[in-house]
Amino acid sequence: MIHKYKLGGYNVLLDVNSGGVHLVDDLTYDLLDNVEPPFQKECPGEVVKKLSKSYKDDDIRECYEEIVSLYNDGILFSEDDYEKFALSAVASPVKAMCLHISHDCNLRCKYCFASTGDFGQGRKLMDFETGKRAIDFLIEKSADRYFLELDFFGGEPSMNFDAVKQIVEYARSQEGPHNKKFRFTITTNGIHLTDDMIDFINKEMYNVVLSIDGRKEVNDRMRVRADGSGSYDTITKNFKRLVDKRPKDRDWYVRGTYTKYNLDFSNDVMHLYDLGFDQISVEPVMADASEPYAITEAELPAIFSEYEVLSQKIAKIRKEGKFINFFHFMLDLDQGPCAIKRLRGCGCGNEYVAVTPDGDIYPCHQFVGIKDYKMGNLYEGTFDLDMKNDFAHAHVYTKPECKKCWAKFYCSGGCNANNYMYAGDIHNAHKLSCQIQKKRLECAILMKAVELMDTAE
Amino acid sequence: MNHIKTINKANLKKTAAKGGCGKCQASCQSACKTSCTVANQKCEREA
Repeated sequence: MIHKYKLGGYNVLLDVNSGGVHLVDDLTYDLLDNVEPPFQKECPGEVVKKLSKSYKDDDIRECYEEIVSLYNDGILFSEDDYEKFALSAVASPVKAMCLHISHDCNLRCKYCFASTGDFGQGRKLMDFETGKRAIDFLIEKSADRYFLELDFFGGEPSMNFDAVKQIVEYARSQEGPHNKKFRFTITTNGIHLTDDMIDFINKEMYNVVLSIDGRKEVNDRMRVRADGSGSYDTITKNFKRLVDKRPKDRDWYVRGTYTKYNLDFSNDVMHLYDLGFDQISVEPVMADASEPYAITEAELPAIFSEYEVLSQKIAKIRKEGKFINFFHFMLDLDQGPCAIKRLRGCGCGNEYVAVTPDGDIYPCHQFVGIKDYKMGNLYEGTFDLDMKNDFAHAHVYTKPECKKCWAKFYCSGGCNANNYMYAGDIHNAHKLSCQIQKKRLECAILMKAVELMDTAE
Repeated sequence: MNHIKTINKANLKKTAAKGGCGKCQASCQSACKTSCTVANQKCEREA
């Protein structure tokens, strides 16, 4: 399978199964509409005749030979031989957990997927005993996995920070005896970040996700307090303090959500960059189409165009020798994740689970509160291995639309929760997400290709 | 080549044989939490 597209004055050719990326001229681009394996020794006469209106015959024949040469090298029209790995997919150890330390929040963000913090389950904080049981559960289910990931999530985790500290201390005490290493992360809205919290986060957290949408008017339209006032002025100050004090070898991101209200979101990315935040993730809101801020098919042309604008802005900054990282344009064409990882994606419900303040276990944070997807409970000692097995087998070869999609080894089947909520089944592709994902990938692949080409020259 | 410039050493197939060790980060834990992007994750397998 190949995928080709025109962007930014380039013709990009992707060989899906090998991961090969090529930049090609117009002749190759057009010729590939007319030829495919099995190839002959020479370009078929009817193809030469068809293209001879636009190109010289000798060039067409030469181009055909180049295509055949790459085919013989296994980097064009290469075979899809990964399905055998997918079919032997087995349930994996649990290695990652989203710990809902607080089902309460000090913001009332209008697009919140967690019903402004409580996931529709009432405002609650997780106690230490539940957190301890979650750590024990993760260690027990992790088999031989050494790195264990634990994300403190909410609601707003800083509303229950004493429990965060206690749980981190307990988990650290268990690393030696069980030969594990915890990688903690925390997602915070920054409203109530004290110096003490910042120091603790910067010492203990492997990654920190700082929620902010961008420009003041954009952020404060959606990310508001209970009294309706905006959060921008408070959180920008707090996030700057955190980032300024953060050790250089530790990850962090500012992470925003864009909606129908700011389809010019490249300006929000640039605003965050101008504030001094150069590790940025800004993503589309996921919401029912009836919501006034929801993104629908009608917004896609504007969004596609905006990703192109964003990629140009980022490329310009990098050309000036400055650093900026946009999460969804990160792509390593040579040393990315292995093919096996790419078959199954996030691992939710299989390698990754979420735990609520009541000790309920769900496949991930997005499934919390959906009764049919409750996997078990830490106090009852239950864990639904049949459901875990279903998630283990939810990979790009059991998702019909993914199987035939060129982007399957980059997005790996998409978000199972979005698939369920907006397309009715974890195996159904959520087409809106797919289209945005594909556009981001096209931009990212081209940006990387041009950077590599410039470096080589 | 005059018409095609190959940008990367395509090695996805080679990674299948030795892949799947599971040491890498669960992608949703990194910075998204609402979407799945796997290709930007790092491989953590020791050489």
